[in-house]
Amino acid sequence: MSTTTPSSPGASGTSYDARFRVWRGDVKGGDLEDFTVEVNEGEVVLDIIHRLQATQTPDLAVRWNCKAGKCGSCSAEINGRPRLMCMTRMSVFDREDVITVTPLRAFPVVRDLVTDVGFNYTKAREVPAFVPPADLGPGEYRMQQADVDRSQEFRKCIECFLCQDTCHVVRDHEENKAAFAGPRFLMRVAELDMHPLDAAAESGLDRKQTAQDEHGLGYCNITKCCSEVCPEGIKITDNALIPLKERAVDRKYDPLVWLGNKIRRRGER
Amino acid sequence: MATGTEPHLKSGQDSGGVRAATRAAISAAHLRTDRWWLAPAATAAGLFAFIVYSTWRAFANADYYAAPYVSPFYSPCLAENCEPMRSGPNWEIFGSWWGLSPALLILIFPLGFRLTCYYYRKAYYRGFWASPPACAVAEPHKKYSGETRFPLILQNIHRYFFYAAVPVAGILTYDTVLSFRDEHYEWGHMGLGTLVFLVNIVLIWAYTLSCHSCRHIVGGKLKHFSKHPVRYRMWQWVGKLNARHMLLAWASLVSVALADFYVYLIASGVFDDPRLF
Amino acid sequence: MSQVERQQWDVVVVGAGGAGLRAAIEAREQGARTAVICKSLFGKAHTVMAEGGIAASMGNVNSGDNWQVHFRDTLRGGKFLNQWRMAELHAREAPDRVWELETWGALFDRTADGRISQRNFGGHEYPRLAHVGDRTGLELIRTLQQKIVALQQEDEREFGDYEARLKVFQECTVTRVLKDGERVSGTFCYDRESGRFFVLEAPGVVLATGGIGKSFKVTSNSWEYTGDGHALALLAGAPLLNMEFVQFHPTGMVWPPSVKGILVTESVRGDGGVLRNSEGKRFMFDYVPDVFKEKYAQSEDEGDRWYEDPDNNRRPPELLPRDEVARAINSEVKAGRGSPHGGVFLDVSTRMPAEVIRRRLPSMYHQFKELADVDITAEAMEVGPTCHYVMGGIAVESDTAAARRVPGLYAAGEVAGGMHGSNRLGGNSLSDLLVFGRRAGLHAARYASGLTGAGARPVIDDVQVDTAAAEALRPFSAEGPEDGSTPENPYTLHQELQQTMNDLVGIIRREGEMERALEKLAELRVRARRAGVEGHRQFNPGWHLALDLRNMLLVSECVARAALERTESRGGHTREDHPGMNRDWRRVNLLCQLTDPSGGLAATDPVRGQIDLVRVTTEPIRPDLLALFEKEELVKYLAEEELYE
Repeated sequence: MSTTTPSSPGASGTSYDARFRVWRGDVKGGDLEDFTVEVNEGEVVLDIIHRLQATQTPDLAVRWNCKAGKCGSCSAEINGRPRLMCMTRMSVFDREDVITVTPLRAFPVVRDLVTDVGFNYTKAREVPAFVPPADLGPGEYRMQQADVDRSQEFRKCIECFLCQDTCHVVRDHEENKAAFAGPRFLMRVAELDMHPLDAAAESGLDRKQTAQDEHGLGYCNITKCCSEVCPEGIKITDNALIPLKERAVDRKYDPLVWLGNKIRRRGER
Repeated sequence: MATGTEPHLKSGQDSGGVRAATRAAISAAHLRTDRWWLAPAATAAGLFAFIVYSTWRAFANADYYAAPYVSPFYSPCLAENCEPMRSGPNWEIFGSWWGLSPALLILIFPLGFRLTCYYYRKAYYRGFWASPPACAVAEPHKKYSGETRFPLILQNIHRYFFYAAVPVAGILTYDTVLSFRDEHYEWGHMGLGTLVFLVNIVLIWAYTLSCHSCRHIVGGKLKHFSKHPVRYRMWQWVGKLNARHMLLAWASLVSVALADFYVYLIASGVFDDPRLF
Repeated sequence: MSQVERQQWDVVVVGAGGAGLRAAIEAREQGARTAVICKSLFGKAHTVMAEGGIAASMGNVNSGDNWQVHFRDTLRGGKFLNQWRMAELHAREAPDRVWELETWGALFDRTADGRISQRNFGGHEYPRLAHVGDRTGLELIRTLQQKIVALQQEDEREFGDYEARLKVFQECTVTRVLKDGERVSGTFCYDRESGRFFVLEAPGVVLATGGIGKSFKVTSNSWEYTGDGHALALLAGAPLLNMEFVQFHPTGMVWPPSVKGILVTESVRGDGGVLRNSEGKRFMFDYVPDVFKEKYAQSEDEGDRWYEDPDNNRRPPELLPRDEVARAINSEVKAGRGSPHGGVFLDVSTRMPAEVIRRRLPSMYHQFKELADVDITAEAMEVGPTCHYVMGGIAVESDTAAARRVPGLYAAGEVAGGMHGSNRLGGNSLSDLLVFGRRAGLHAARYASGLTGAGARPVIDDVQVDTAAAEALRPFSAEGPEDGSTPENPYTLHQELQQTMNDLVGIIRREGEMERALEKLAELRVRARRAGVEGHRQFNPGWHLALDLRNMLLVSECVARAALERTESRGGHTREDHPGMNRDWRRVNLLCQLTDPSGGLAATDPVRGQIDLVRVTTEPIRPDLLALFEKEELVKYLAEEELYE
């Protein structure tokens, strides 16, 4: 505000020049380019990328929106680690460090730091939506907080797709993309399966079964990189993927359940 | 207009991965500048050391009993060739035809439990198999099918090993109780070994109960916690332990080896068990 | 030139935030083939930034609540300038819109009896905001996004194509609404990824593009908020309403500089946070205006008791409407009682246990920890006003959300004006998106389906397409001024624009400063014609910004002109030279329209500008609605003659 500016102490005088390497190019090719750029106190990597745009490379392509860690747009890899640029403070680096910024390396590159994240939208469509219970109208839903806690944790997801990017199942094996939904969308399956009023089962859809049969849960080898990179701190592996695996076990590898199903099916015949 | 974009699928022989043709052209397999290799290397070293030690001890078939202490590697002792332990856990289920170390009979269960454990899976997939070695570090394998096929699909039987691990932990608890005797089987005594056993059994139980399968069985499988308040409380409690599953996995691994080693030292006569009372 | 790709749709929704997605869902459910077009990725819209909740008088926490009370609060908050019929529809329909979200999978926080929990918020008499922690906007956008996917899955089962009846064009920008005579005929768009142009032919266009915050330097808004919908409507011949009313949210972060403006949710105060100056004083008690004197606590004790016992105590003045709190903070800082970085202190650390803070305000805890290295459970936050929301917007019909003067054009959400009067209450935005998003989609679909028979549908005019394409390409061939120097840098122009609006048309306004702002805007407009970009059309942010500048300059001029015209202080418009609210101004709406009605940009005369202002008198408030208020209260707002009508 113009009216509220007593000079902020330390805002100036602490700036320095940092060395950046930013990947520039497109699907035809590209390379890491070196830049020297000013850094001020309290800034994040996205600020530096913006300064590059405004002063050196006006056409540097970067995706961003809220700059507050809420929208999940500015995903990139900083010094080789998948992160949100807006939540990576410059103060975590030494001033002498060369900071390398590249686009997400699990997805096809579009230009510079922008990748084609269409894979994720394709996978989102493959997860059957919430099935509302037939006997409840709007306003009649009653759910206890204890029953919605688990799914609420998963709904904190901002869809930055860092988990999808870091997951070696698709990052290192393009051919698995067809069969594997990725941590974000397996977590979506878990969210719906734990939703206290989801009526998928009543409509003949067994999410526990389809998690493995349709969405590739078995590809997950629970090495936890998705949880490590999650900027929302969601315990994707411990709270979504492993419980989902256990639920799949209930369906497919529990001999008692298996026997029960066999008998029931025979009875129906 | 990426909502309509299909994943870029490529023919199988392409090197795929981060160097695939559609990805940003970066020749390095990874650009991490931190010591990412430290964790998998330490994990591999730790697990390797345990494997070497436990293999030696399991096959040794000696120095596993020094009254009142029985090595957790040999408890319960299920063969005729076991050393006699008065009111201890030896049942001669396997007759004289069994000539190998009796440890092999029982170690199957804790070994299976730990081998299929969700934490150890992460540890050895990363540490031994480099799949992946660390996050965003390319793995060396051309193909990957995860736990979708034999043999790794067998990881799904983890919960049955959990069921088996519970009675084993129960027997080790019994051993710990027996360790309140002295070497002449008199009750009301306690040695340094009792203390070692106590620490070990607490860690064994904490590790066993913090298991992801246990968390699922006690409550995780429920859709409505609010209708099962007791199981909900148990699930919350196991959840708290479960958050430390990795820590407990290592702590109990070390403590079980130490307990065995302590028995070995006493049994082989290196020193006498210091008496506390 | 006119070889651009064309597609036929029934309804095109511009913007994929809460209003846009709700409109698209409704239009598709009415049977219209619907296209959604948005600048960001699907699911990233600015709606995700909304934290506090959705205001709806469900009465789950206090059964005394009902739509009439909500309506009353909304009008009080807006200082009676609201388009009252919109406020009425909003208050009546909001609960249905929230409940319907649950049937699409939303998971709100719950009350003990399993219903949707509701929280207190500034200006709301009862706990009214349905919420999910402090990430309600994210829940809203995700629920709507997933509902769209659910509809697409239905279409896939029926037609074998997910996008048969509902398609999202993400990362695409609309630069012009095309017309056939008076009527809308479609939109001219480009794909940001490839830079390719395309035209969506449609008789119904819903604008749901959000606000204008990116014209200001300190703002809580994301880059998308460049006033696109406002400008598109103006250029298509639809007027904007009351653009002088810009809400400065009282609590934005003030430090570090790179995050200045990022929002600190009002729930912090709703849940017990208090404002203090550098002397440790809860200064809000000194700033309760006369119109609110009876409704707010007079002492700290009473204010503190209210959180536990709201029926027998009055609420603390920290929960006054946002305009009041923002002005108070501004005054404290000006008087030298501010915090070290030029804000005031917002403290929850001494009011709640750390555990409770982390549970109820998780993303605030996170935000301060990560961005400012401040642990809000241990120390106070520093906060100051930030540009947050524009109450002004496209003038619409209350019931149909139809833009005035342009058949086929609809507007909903922040881009539409009128609903919030001179100041919006917290929580009324998300409900506004849902209520009027649905109405816009409904009426756009009905309008489109009513155009049957040969020749009934509007036709695309090739000349307009060519003109739009040429306009969009101009930054690539921009020439420097006569002396042959380089073209203008769009980033520099943008920064100058933001500084101008921030300094000269900000929270406190003065006549001379606004005149200077208009001169500066004229200068920037001339320079913006020469804005040039490097590189090619594929995902080129410099080019995108150069195109967005046109829109920001248009809406900035609207704000400045209207603010200069309105010689009173009311809600989000504070004139230092006219400090009081003037009852005679209550009935006056200011409409902005393009000086050159042909839709071309009148940059030829830089001083006169591109915008004409028209005063219109509002329709009298319906008597049964007026009867909801005490006579003594109405006297403070309404002009003499209105009272005796």
